[in-house]
Amino acid sequence: MHELSIVMSILDIAEKELAKSNAAHIEEIELEIGELSGIDMQAFDFAWQQAVKSTKLETADKIVTHIPGEGLCMDCETVFPMHELYKPCPVCGHHFITLLKGKELRVKSLVIN
Amino acid sequence: MCATCGCDANASSSIKHIGEHDHGHDHSQHHDHPHSHGKTIIEVEKDVLHENNLLAQRNRGYFDAKNILALNLVSSPGSGKTSLLERTLTDMKGEFPFYVIEGDQQTTRDADRIHATGTKVAQINTGKGCHLDAHMILHAVQGMKPVENAILFIENVGNLVCPAMFDLGEKERVVIISVTEGDDKPIKYPDMFHTSTLCIINKIDLLPYVPFSLDKVKSYARQVNPALEFIEVSCTSGEGLSGWYQWLKEKVPVTETV
Repeated sequence: MHELSIVMSILDIAEKELAKSNAAHIEEIELEIGELSGIDMQAFDFAWQQAVKSTKLETADKIVTHIPGEGLCMDCETVFPMHELYKPCPVCGHHFITLLKGKELRVKSLVIN
Repeated sequence: MCATCGCDANASSSIKHIGEHDHGHDHSQHHDHPHSHGKTIIEVEKDVLHENNLLAQRNRGYFDAKNILALNLVSSPGSGKTSLLERTLTDMKGEFPFYVIEGDQQTTRDADRIHATGTKVAQINTGKGCHLDAHMILHAVQGMKPVENAILFIENVGNLVCPAMFDLGEKERVVIISVTEGDDKPIKYPDMFHTSTLCIINKIDLLPYVPFSLDKVKSYARQVNPALEFIEVSCTSGEGLSGWYQWLKEKVPVTETV
């Protein structure tokens, strides 16, 4: 259940950004969560519901952009969709793979007023 | 507010320096927000773990400057992290200055075991938390004041999932698996094996009694991380431990420092 710490970090980032501005409310928060970021979305949503109560994010719309995993084979340079860390390159079958996408865990933007 | 890192109340975790006074933390932070009207979009573009990663880099800089080898030991509960440390600290006594940070949800039982070897140890109790983070390490290290050219073992909370996401500022991450676990663990919990550089396979004295294949576990682990190194040990019989001690010695450039 590290998802709760993740939600608390998001809350912290959002409240700090809000405090820097002249606004009072967060209308919307946009997040990017990669497929291989280690976040279980069910646990994340559950933690979110509990953690945002009585905070500036309680009434904010949460928009999550899911980023699919993408790997680059270091042997044959194939770029391929990567849904698990242990699967080999679909072309040459080797495991020397660099992750290009899928580890993202970012607060992209806030809409405040 | 904490003068060092600006932290606010981290009420769910506590740090105890075994054999010393307790280090308590209770700060609070309040923000006032002026009101205005009109919508604004802020392009935040910030990594969620940004704060943790900054503190981790800060810890890393401190360790590098003092030539301290900081190792983050991760595993499932019961794979033998504390036993490995007890053996190591006893067998290598006098070769390096050693320090240990113990992470558990509750109790100082592990820290008491380490303290019994004569090693300086801090216990972090995460309360309900399932992992250590860089902020906890920062404060634990502040209380320890480690000397230069030392080895710092950070024994993470027994959990193969959550600690994978949190950089503590360690030099290397060491994942420990015991032969009483399934040999397919590296692909069932790939993140931890993906982010570690060394895998210690413990309890090899039990191999004749369990359906665990060394070849299989290594092959699964290499699927996730082809560069992963392996050392097979038994903390009970002592078999293989010299390989681990050699690995440690090679990682600290300066010897004969005590």
